[in-house]
Amino acid sequence: MSPIHYVALSVILFVIGGVGVLVRRNAIVVFMCIELMLNACNLAFVAFARMHGNLDGQVIAFFVMVVAAAEVVVGLAILMAIFRARRSASVDDANLLKY
Amino acid sequence: MSHVLAAAPSGTNADSIAVATIFWILAVISVGAALAMILVRRAVHCAIMLAVVMLCLATMYAMQGAPFLAFVQIIVYTGAVLMLFLFVIMLIGISSSDSVVETIKGQRAAAGLAGIGLFVILILSIGHAAIGPAARTTAANNVDNLTGLARLIFTTYVFPFEVTGALLITAAVGAMVLAHRERTTPKPTQRDLAARRLASGHLAPDPSPGVYALHDAADRPALLPDGSTSVLSVSQTLAPRDPNEETPPVRPELPAPAATEAES
Repeated sequence: MSPIHYVALSVILFVIGGVGVLVRRNAIVVFMCIELMLNACNLAFVAFARMHGNLDGQVIAFFVMVVAAAEVVVGLAILMAIFRARRSASVDDANLLKY
Repeated sequence: MSHVLAAAPSGTNADSIAVATIFWILAVISVGAALAMILVRRAVHCAIMLAVVMLCLATMYAMQGAPFLAFVQIIVYTGAVLMLFLFVIMLIGISSSDSVVETIKGQRAAAGLAGIGLFVILILSIGHAAIGPAARTTAANNVDNLTGLARLIFTTYVFPFEVTGALLITAAVGAMVLAHRERTTPKPTQRDLAARRLASGHLAPDPSPGVYALHDAADRPALLPDGSTSVLSVSQTLAPRDPNEETPPVRPELPAPAATEAES
């Protein structure tokens, strides 16, 4: 398969993840959609690495995975702190700074 | 391992047909799972759909000559990150499903339009970009995938590698600080607990369900010595049933000795 197919698939997954971030209310699901977007980016990185015939793209994808893991850890800890304070995981309920 | 997993760019015709078949199957599965992920209501179902997408992507990494990334994807993402998600879902409440009420008017339609717009822009840009066929095996990638990656990470990318180490430590400390709960009241000691129990009036523990009742199921309230039922003995999540209600006995050959005790 040509790398263009993989890049097109990664575009589709990225857009689905972005729509999910915009549509969903549950903060955990929003996080999962962000993970989906990061995964789509990784797929594009790997496809480009194969296209260029070197391994730099794979190294970048590896770093993206590390940063995503750190992001998930901190994000879920923030989520739990918010849930403890407001008894809700909905992004609509965290509106203290709204006005 | 890389010979087994990596589809050689200069393979035979049958190889390319097999790779194309696997690609289309995986693409359909992953896009369907991703769509299901943003459509299902329960957070646990979303997590399972995300796991499907990640496993499909791991297979695609393996098909594109990145076996190390495929295994890291399975171990780190599907193994660790998704388990973390499931832990948080468990802590926050497994029944936390999304509300279907639109708080902003027309937000879904706007989000769909934005998604379509983003899709068109991205597809146009990759259509204009010169994305050629896969490169033939060169000196950079004909060595073992793991060796090549290690060489790159520890030479060219050694500084970003160190920075990600610092990032991981910071994230771990930050998660511990955020998840730590400060005690506002001192922890009750054993003496405090004993004093509280004496002050409450009844020293004995609550009767367990089924004591002196006709059946010993968990939703049968215990009968007190005077024949009345004790609502304390049944868990709050179970609706207490009538203790004298007749149910078909599980083992008919055994008499019900509790009946005489309850009536006497």
